[in-house]
Amino acid sequence: MELIKKQTHIDFMGKFKAAMVFSGLLILTGIASIAMHGGLKYGIDFEGGTLVQLKFPEAPAIDSIRSGLREIGFADSTIQEFGSPEHILIRVIRAEGKLEAMGTKIKNALEEKKGFTGIIIERVEMVGPKVGKDLRMKALLSIVYAIIGIVIYISWRFELQYAIAAIIALLHDVMVTMGAFSVMDKEFTLVIVAAFLTIIGYSLNDTIVVFDRIRENTRRKSKESLSDTINTSINQTLSRTLLTSGTTLLVVVALFFLGGEIIHDFSFALLVGVVIGTYSSIFIASVFLVYWESRAHPKRPA
Amino acid sequence: MHKELRWKIPLILFVVVGFSWLAWPLEEKINLGLDLQGGVHLVLEVEAEEAVEFSMEQRKEDIKHALGDDDIEVDRVILNKDTNVIRVILVDAIDIKGAEDVLKNYTALEKKETLRGGLEMVYQLRDDEYEYIMDNAIQQALEVIRNRIDIVGLSEPTIQVQGTRRILVQFPGVDDPEKIIKLIGETARLEFKLIDESISAAAAKTRGVPPGSEILIEKVKDKAGKIIEEIPHVVKKRVLLTGDMLTGADVRFDNQLNEPYVAINFDSLGGSIFFEVTKNNVKKRLAIVLDDNVVSAPVINEPIAGGRASITGGFTTEDAKFLAIKLRAGALPAKLTMLENRTVGPSLGRDSVEAGINSIIIGMVAVVVFILIYYRLSGVVAVGALVLNLVILLGALAYFGASLTLPGIAGIILTVGMAIDANVLVFERIREEIRVGKTVRAAIDAGFAKAFRTIVDANVTTFIAAIVLFQFGTGPIKGFAITLCIGIAASMFTAVFVSRATFDTFMSRKKIERLSI
Repeated sequence: MELIKKQTHIDFMGKFKAAMVFSGLLILTGIASIAMHGGLKYGIDFEGGTLVQLKFPEAPAIDSIRSGLREIGFADSTIQEFGSPEHILIRVIRAEGKLEAMGTKIKNALEEKKGFTGIIIERVEMVGPKVGKDLRMKALLSIVYAIIGIVIYISWRFELQYAIAAIIALLHDVMVTMGAFSVMDKEFTLVIVAAFLTIIGYSLNDTIVVFDRIRENTRRKSKESLSDTINTSINQTLSRTLLTSGTTLLVVVALFFLGGEIIHDFSFALLVGVVIGTYSSIFIASVFLVYWESRAHPKRPA
Repeated sequence: MHKELRWKIPLILFVVVGFSWLAWPLEEKINLGLDLQGGVHLVLEVEAEEAVEFSMEQRKEDIKHALGDDDIEVDRVILNKDTNVIRVILVDAIDIKGAEDVLKNYTALEKKETLRGGLEMVYQLRDDEYEYIMDNAIQQALEVIRNRIDIVGLSEPTIQVQGTRRILVQFPGVDDPEKIIKLIGETARLEFKLIDESISAAAAKTRGVPPGSEILIEKVKDKAGKIIEEIPHVVKKRVLLTGDMLTGADVRFDNQLNEPYVAINFDSLGGSIFFEVTKNNVKKRLAIVLDDNVVSAPVINEPIAGGRASITGGFTTEDAKFLAIKLRAGALPAKLTMLENRTVGPSLGRDSVEAGINSIIIGMVAVVVFILIYYRLSGVVAVGALVLNLVILLGALAYFGASLTLPGIAGIILTVGMAIDANVLVFERIREEIRVGKTVRAAIDAGFAKAFRTIVDANVTTFIAAIVLFQFGTGPIKGFAITLCIGIAASMFTAVFVSRATFDTFMSRKKIERLSI
């Protein structure tokens, strides 16, 4: 079987304006959403706080939980269903420095004051504000380090402008995914940073396959304009790009639907990242490569 | 037969058998992370300054009494907790020589200056002593936590110092993790102090607490352990005896009161101090203070010899049991602050494992079906490489003793999706070569050769990201990074080396005109 029967000759470079507009819109939507939400929405990993996941024998009334929490002074908590109505996730803004059994405290309050029975504490996560700040810094640094490491490697294997184009593509991917997170009102946690680093790796993987072909073709047919070479290269690698994205998407979709609630956001990030990463390695990275090359070698027709 | 195959095939077989042996049986060889088996991950900070403060407070009270014992009239002894300075103010400068002699016994302090013509002496805690108390507090806290966990009998705990003053505690699933967390974290400083009988608590509240005394609360509980009353007591600050001098603590049951109590044994020094204290204070009330709360304040009826005492205080059986454990394991030298707590209950862990395995299976089946339809016979080679990839991944996880976490499972799934990429790169290249009219043999050679560089470049970048992730990540995320790293390395081996060898083996058997790809 073949996805793409013959060698395609799609004019990708000719569509770059449309791609720029499309990407621009995506990124602007993301930025607008982040601005409207008053910044990124951090999870307890980065902001500090306590998360308590409870399992009720049957779906509880959220209002009743809320008033129970108010009675023990946690009026400002957020309460949400987690995957199914029996699973409730409570986020208490305040992180207790004291060694207090927050889960037990909430469970007892709900059982004694609101008449719930058989509540199971499934998960408690507490991060102090100090640690949250540390982690935020560490997460940011890790993304910066990853990018630096990758620039060095690509500059060494290819040339600097390839590295810059690749970085622009991956920043594009990270920004779009961040925007999607903000639009969907999802929280940033440590695990999401892990997903971002994976997206960075994946996006580059795709980009490099295309770049590799461009490099190979530039050596062979130097008469052709760079823009044409890039177009040919993208077409030649198109079936591979789609295939790999396809198989990766298959598993990520499996993870998204079957992996359970806890890594749901993680798989959501990967889902968006894989689709965007594929798109950007075709449309974004190459365009910037042409742009840089035409500036570096103005005589060559771009 | 192809010459290189003579060593390639045995090597591949060795890898298959070796990694299978490492990984099987899975249940025994693969450690599950705390998020999958349920468990507790705690980061605690030792408030070591408190240990310094506490020891200074002790010294201050000791000095006051030591000077009194030598008939030196003292106006005041003042402790500045921020600078760790103790000021001794005498009534008459004539006593300065005698006072200095007394203070020479306190080697941790050094004399800074004498003020007001010998009326006031300034002593400060020496820097090396400060460091020593701080370091000691961390080590002691570590020791006490270890003792407490040992006594409770938790299996496979991890207890280690992180950085300078943080302690990491991890242990796998227990029924009520929050109870254990409390047990680990409570200071359990047991002190015996006299009740100040010169004034009632109510009077002290309005007229002020006499110097050298303070108000401490007794929380009276009902049978269910609920606090029903809070009684204030005026207690002298001077500590007569502490829980440091205990040799044992056990839960007993008082049949008359129908409630459990904790029986304690002092060591010989503690026993004789206790005897002295009780002998000198008959008919007075002795407050038993635990972490600045009065547990009970019985009247001393007669001197108690033999070094045994009991602590009653309306305990539930569990309270008494935990108090006994804490007293046996010793007090923490300072308060602990919880910086991070990640607790996963066992049922959630099981659900996660199930969900993870389901998504691996479904994802894997989907990829396999797709690849078989797409590449037909060559697809079988790719699927073989994929399965081997998984075997290597699991074997390596087992070998490194790395824990499989929920993000780690995601890493495996991702590896399945991405590992196929290397094969796809090669196969697409082979198809291209066939399309331009090369023979099967030449197309395979060219396909592998040309794809190799791409595969390396594309994977190294992901590898860099994974390494950074490993450096930065904690617990579960490290697990993800490890699986990703191993997966990438394994996929390069299987796709490039194993697939190649498989093709070569087929090619060497007979001349193939058309490749099923």
